[in-house]
Amino acid sequence: MVESTLHERTGEEVTTVNATQGLAAPVAIDVPRSWKTPIVLGVLALIWLICFGIFGDARTVAFGWSDTSDAIVLPDFVVNSKTFCLTIGILMLAIAVVATWLASQRRKVPMWLIIPFGVLLVWSLVGWVGAGGRVPVEFLLTGALALSTPVVFGALSGVIGERVGVVNIAIEGQLLIGAFAAAVTGSITGSLTLGIIAAMIGGALVSLVLAAFSIVYLVDQVIVGVVLNALAIGITNFLYASVLNDNSAEYNFPGTLPFLPIPFLSDIPVIGGVLFNQRITTYAMFVLVPLVYVVLFKTKWGLRIRAVGEHPLAADTVGINVKRTRFWTVTVAGMIAGLGGGALTIGSVGAFVREMSAGQGYIALAAVILGRWNPWLAACAALLFGFSRNFRIWAGQAGSTIPSDLIAMTPYLVTLIAVAGLVGHARGPAAAGRPYIKQ
Amino acid sequence: MSNPENTGLLVPLDEEIPAPSRSNELMREILGGGVVRTLLALVVGFVVGAILIIATNEDVLASAGYFFSRPSDLLTAAWNAVSTGYGALFRGSIYDTTATTFAEGIRPLTETLRLASPLIAAGLGIALSFRVGLFNIGGGGQLLVGAAFAGFVSFQWHLPWGIHLIVAIIFGILGAALWGAIVGFLKARTGANEVIVTIMLNYIAVSLVSFLMRTPILQAPDASGNPKTPAPDATAQLPLLLGDGFALHLGFVLVVAATVLYWWLMERSTIGYRFRAVGLNANAAKTAGINVGRIYILAMAASAAFVGLAGVNQALGRNTGFTPTIDSGIGFDAITVALLGGSTAGGVFLAGLLFGAMKAGSPAMQVESISPEVLGVVQGVIVLFIAAPPLIRAIFRLPKPATNSLIKQWWRARFTRGQVKK
Repeated sequence: MVESTLHERTGEEVTTVNATQGLAAPVAIDVPRSWKTPIVLGVLALIWLICFGIFGDARTVAFGWSDTSDAIVLPDFVVNSKTFCLTIGILMLAIAVVATWLASQRRKVPMWLIIPFGVLLVWSLVGWVGAGGRVPVEFLLTGALALSTPVVFGALSGVIGERVGVVNIAIEGQLLIGAFAAAVTGSITGSLTLGIIAAMIGGALVSLVLAAFSIVYLVDQVIVGVVLNALAIGITNFLYASVLNDNSAEYNFPGTLPFLPIPFLSDIPVIGGVLFNQRITTYAMFVLVPLVYVVLFKTKWGLRIRAVGEHPLAADTVGINVKRTRFWTVTVAGMIAGLGGGALTIGSVGAFVREMSAGQGYIALAAVILGRWNPWLAACAALLFGFSRNFRIWAGQAGSTIPSDLIAMTPYLVTLIAVAGLVGHARGPAAAGRPYIKQ
Repeated sequence: MSNPENTGLLVPLDEEIPAPSRSNELMREILGGGVVRTLLALVVGFVVGAILIIATNEDVLASAGYFFSRPSDLLTAAWNAVSTGYGALFRGSIYDTTATTFAEGIRPLTETLRLASPLIAAGLGIALSFRVGLFNIGGGGQLLVGAAFAGFVSFQWHLPWGIHLIVAIIFGILGAALWGAIVGFLKARTGANEVIVTIMLNYIAVSLVSFLMRTPILQAPDASGNPKTPAPDATAQLPLLLGDGFALHLGFVLVVAATVLYWWLMERSTIGYRFRAVGLNANAAKTAGINVGRIYILAMAASAAFVGLAGVNQALGRNTGFTPTIDSGIGFDAITVALLGGSTAGGVFLAGLLFGAMKAGSPAMQVESISPEVLGVVQGVIVLFIAAPPLIRAIFRLPKPATNSLIKQWWRARFTRGQVKK
């Protein structure tokens, strides 16, 4: 992939290389300008500006920050929807201009520019749909967080797996088994703590099978992943139909984890309700995303994991046991995905429902690649999916004129554009998907 | 992808070992070969299924309470549960032994063929993508788009008998192929990962087709806001093959033709040769002058075209309208069918038949109050073990396959044109 490394290398990097080689003057190397990102951003900004700004809805929209029952009540932010969308559209256009300038300087458009662009894009849409009504901001964000929790856990599992060189398509299966184990164990023992532990063990078991087949028996990782998903669906469907369905009070009535408001912090308007009045699973997510980042990129263990995923032969040469590292890392990743499964049942609705993961494992997979194998960005991508799902629910209640089918389509269309236009030739860990055979 | 042995990963047989006799070698080859492995994987799958049936059967659990006083009760109950379940599966999918006439008895087999048809067609599509080194998880979306195109022609246009059906079939296949070509195009032009693109296109297809099914384009007049299409015109329905008593329709014949076409395309045609070259090593293919990007687009379009035939089969093989759930998991099952069939024409056909039989037998199992969901586990276990030849060899202590295949030599000597290198 010589071309893509050239694309991604910035001008400065090239000069540094030359300087260290002791050349008198840095030789200008013609790195091709990549216009893809500015074009995508520019086109999106224009569409948004024209559709929602210029041809926007002239009614006012009220952004509600707090309920009357909250400790601190903030007044609603009332604004003309058209003005709001025009302002946002111009801001988006400004970002696109900055991106164009960066591209003309042969520099990469950084993530800290793309993420605000996405946030603006979403709020413009919210402001347009909510015209003539009230937008419950706290409800939108809380629901988004709740809906994205399993996906974030799945995406973390995927990031860890791919960083160590194992492509984990089986996230879907891990979520499903985790959800099942949490609900059943929680019901039988009456302890939700045991339910959480069971969810993690369930996810780890799926990972163990994945690891055994792909690392020990050298079966193609993608194939094992797909088959494990089918198997997880088969097993949970069978047990649901033959055991849970007839005795749901006994085996499938776990109850849900309680909300744990953090004193004082939970009283902060908007942020308090969203971030500090959640279930233990969501708090675990807040802890795990930075933790996985730190472990992967700041510790010796993480360095070893990434070495095994990028160049197993080199890792082996310096004495790292490649197979063992992969085996245990994938197992830990499975525990995280299993916890995400637990968030689906006891962290949300309680009872287990047939095939309740409903493709969220695959969404997590998309979040991994969209987030360029980085825990923070993958979590952001997962949040985007959660937000758009909740947005659809709210837009349906708000009586939006856009057909709900088209709203449902938006996040996937955005992902498609992002994958094709912004990520493109993103390179994951070099050895992901390849078994390592010691010579 | 299907056969890790061919990738040269495993250490070849030691040259120093004296050559075994010819008959021993043949025996070794049969035992180490794919057919025996497949059969053993089937055995393992059904044994696991039997264990699940026994473990959840109420009679068995009741008799397990006094196992040590009367162990025979437990064994009888277990035997009854398994034989009832698998007996029902046989009666529901192959031959109904309780039937009075032969026509009645053979009806389950025709049901198996009918239900296997879309699985085989979609399985061929996924298999094609595997051979090109792509992974098409987008079967569900492609099937739905194919069904929507075929459905549109079947109830919006009113053409003469014969022409109508042909036009509807062609539209369905082309519609799906276009949908698949998007994936190939994005991969070729932007390097987007086809796994994500196909997953996203699945969701987009469902939303888009649901939306259209709420508009006059695809909605039935009496659907009142629900996404549902009108029934296809009688001229556009796939005609029944065996008369009114049987549901088997022309779709099966189309699928047999598609299987032959797939074989010719992949094994004999120039384009198939390029597909396989890209699948084995895209860089080498590029060096050899193959336009890899174009092959990706063509391959995804071809892959989706086969899946589209499954969609046509679903949309036109009925006399009622359909909803966005017409895929009913075929898109995903097709992946396991392709894996089980080793991505070859014959293998996919047989694998599709097996899965079709399981679908056909499910209602009969339900009647005997054995959860047919157990078949999902059986399918998963079978494919898992098929995908792991070293594991199944370790369980049954089979020999490693011979590196120089006698059967292949014999076959090639008779059925290949031109010189065969020894």
